[in-house]
Amino acid sequence: MSDLALAQLSMASLYSAMGVLTLAMLAYAAHLAWLLPARSEAKDLKAAQAAHAAERQRELAPVGGGPTAGGEHPAYEVGDASTEAHDEEPLRARKAAGIAGALSILGTLLLTAAVVLRGLEVHRMPLGNMFEFAITGAMFVMLAYTGWSLRRDLRWLGVFITGPVLITLGMAVTVWYVDAAELMPSLKSYWLVIHVTIATIAMALFGIGAAINGLYLWQDRVEGGTTRSFMNRLPAARQLEKLAYGLHVIAFPLWTFTVIAGAIWARQAWGSYWNWDPKEVWSFVIWVVYAAYLHARVTSGWRRQNAAMIALAGFACIIVNYGIVNVFFVGQHSYSGL
Amino acid sequence: MSEVTQPQLGLLGWLRWMWRQLTSMRTALLLLLLLAIAAVPGSTFPQRSINATRTAQWIADHPTAGKVLDRLGFFEVYASPWFAAIYLLLFVSLVGCVLPRAKVHWKALRTRPPRAPKHPDRLGAAHVVTVDGSPDQVLEQWRAALRRSRFRVDSHDESSVSAEKGYLKETGNLLFHLALIGIIVGVGWGHVFGWKGDVILPEGKTFANTISRYDTFAPGPSVDVNDLTPWTVTLTRLDAVFEDDPAVKGQLGMPRDFTAHVDYARDPGGAATLETIKVNHPLETTDGTVFLLGNGYAPHITVRDATGTVIYSDATPFLAQDNNYKSVGAVKVPGATPKDLGFAGLFLPTGTITSHGPTSIFPQPLDPYLALTVFEGELFPDGAPQSVYSLDTSHLTQLTQEGTSDPLRLWIKKGQTMELPGGRGSITFDGVDRWAGLSIRTDPGKSLTLAAALLALAGLIAMLTVRRRRVFVRVSEAQPGPDGSPRTLVRVGGLAKDDDEGMGEVLTDLAERVHPRTSTGPSAARPKDRRTTDE
Repeated sequence: MSDLALAQLSMASLYSAMGVLTLAMLAYAAHLAWLLPARSEAKDLKAAQAAHAAERQRELAPVGGGPTAGGEHPAYEVGDASTEAHDEEPLRARKAAGIAGALSILGTLLLTAAVVLRGLEVHRMPLGNMFEFAITGAMFVMLAYTGWSLRRDLRWLGVFITGPVLITLGMAVTVWYVDAAELMPSLKSYWLVIHVTIATIAMALFGIGAAINGLYLWQDRVEGGTTRSFMNRLPAARQLEKLAYGLHVIAFPLWTFTVIAGAIWARQAWGSYWNWDPKEVWSFVIWVVYAAYLHARVTSGWRRQNAAMIALAGFACIIVNYGIVNVFFVGQHSYSGL
Repeated sequence: MSEVTQPQLGLLGWLRWMWRQLTSMRTALLLLLLLAIAAVPGSTFPQRSINATRTAQWIADHPTAGKVLDRLGFFEVYASPWFAAIYLLLFVSLVGCVLPRAKVHWKALRTRPPRAPKHPDRLGAAHVVTVDGSPDQVLEQWRAALRRSRFRVDSHDESSVSAEKGYLKETGNLLFHLALIGIIVGVGWGHVFGWKGDVILPEGKTFANTISRYDTFAPGPSVDVNDLTPWTVTLTRLDAVFEDDPAVKGQLGMPRDFTAHVDYARDPGGAATLETIKVNHPLETTDGTVFLLGNGYAPHITVRDATGTVIYSDATPFLAQDNNYKSVGAVKVPGATPKDLGFAGLFLPTGTITSHGPTSIFPQPLDPYLALTVFEGELFPDGAPQSVYSLDTSHLTQLTQEGTSDPLRLWIKKGQTMELPGGRGSITFDGVDRWAGLSIRTDPGKSLTLAAALLALAGLIAMLTVRRRRVFVRVSEAQPGPDGSPRTLVRVGGLAKDDDEGMGEVLTDLAERVHPRTSTGPSAARPKDRRTTDE
């Protein structure tokens, strides 16, 4: 197949993936929306309040041992998808999640095909510019999410994963797109594969971790209150926090490796393993902020909520490092092709 | 009882209090966050150590802010006192925290696991079961199972077993933090004992590794600059490949490959070997590593006086200003008569004249031109050092076109000779050579830095993945079986550092290994019950 045909096929695959993932996102959103019993139609405030109280009772009634202490919500049991939890889900919510799951697997496969075809088209790892970096990163996020979904029930997370992935892909095809091209001399090294692949995987995991940490902070505010929200059907705040921590525990050593591999490569290509190039500065800042997060989590007297904020600040630094440093800062990592 | 006596903190007390504050986790955390924030300005403001020209330009463009920020060290962030203060405090805090912990851990490594509590089943994770066999037999089975799961096993009395594992977690933690110190030492070592120098080497020329041959040379404080090994490198050819396919959108003229072909001799005059230096492929010499970090053109220019005698003939490096290698440079002819002659201007590999003046439209030398202006007078008025790429015009006057006040502009195609006005001779553009920008560097600290970084990574993985767990087993005689055979009540409890969801599962797995279901008595708690005992 010619490179041109591969290019067309890759883009067709990418646009199909975006279409399918959009449908998956809508289905995940419908799943969350339908998890709650229908809202009372009553306009009258008092009637609404009465209905609310009644609903709360009804809502709590079918749960085996009644509400557990500390505002634990039984809809999802993180750890293993218990069948009991499914039974009390409205049928349409369960159907929507099933459709969403199937669509996100299809979308992930299409996205992977787009990345592989792009690699065949350019005869190298598709990690040479921001467009390739974005679609590969999005692919790793989807692979991690769908792969993890096979092991635990993560349907509640779907909309918070597919949404950001679609935004990334949208930016990739509109703002960051560049035609396939050979690499500039400094990028021609096997370190590109090692350094950038691991960096992308680390960023994908940090991204999922940030999504869950965001949900944790949200859940933490909702929990204990009487406001009805679909958040009531998400895992308890404590469980969300643990899940996010688990992801960061994998991502942080990967990021550490990224920085070390980058330093080895920098010595090969630029003569010195550390040059305080803007990209290096921000990689360092990201490392330090996430180190602070891990530190904060074991510091007595520091609230978990504040630790989660530090982790979110770390992800904000990742976004700056990718979206702003690459394009606007003058440095040796200026490879965006824009 | 009218007065409450405040305990007096003496000087020693205050020092101790400050040391405690500095070495607390909370301070370390704040210093970490501060370090992250302090590093940012180094990416937003141009840094002198990276690009001195851009820094000077920025200060010139922002006269007020530039001066203030310069004084505050914003253009040398990573060498500024405030940045150093943060990381030094952080490392003092780290040492103060890690050393006592190392001592504690060293002791813990040689201490046996603590005595089992009276009721291990009251711990966070627990498992209670009645099984066949005498208490001694059952305890022995548990000991074996725990050892197989790599627990350290001990007994403080005859009816219990204490076991602990996961010491590697704290070992990893300490290794990580100590390795960070190793990285700092490695970086410092490199700064003190390393050196770097740059040289621009035109094709056909030879460079010998001696201090006088460098264009710029930056040695560390403890480097003996007269002690360099004088290896030589001769640049035989520099190949440069640029994208020449106009079909690739936006990529025409982008660099694709640079290869410097050199003859490398370990000793001057010794046998030379053919080597190539590429961007990701430096040349390791006996003293320093040679990197190809730049390239450009060195037009070969000959200047003759009125009688036709050659007074200058050399490949003269010009510095590229853009992606199409529009390059600036100067030719200095101090031996001209009646006065010194100086030429300054542009070299254009594929030259053309636009409304904005002469420019280059492609990086390869397809149609090379020189665009020069001419000066005469005193080239080196006070003997002060000056750039070889520009003229110091303070004691020079510009030549004008005859009969006008317009400056004389020479537009010379490759191969052409232009006569200079007033019988000053002629200038010839003979041909084009390339030059290689070589950077030669040593960093004796880099191996230490790399080793420390990899150790830190290993320690990090250990501290984040290993779990510290304690298991206590207590046995007691139970009601004998219907046939009078001995039965034993086993109470197992697990204790984990931090929150550890897997502890309950570990206990269940162990119990299932020691007492396979077939041997479990009817009254035994099935693993199904673990949910209720977990929390």
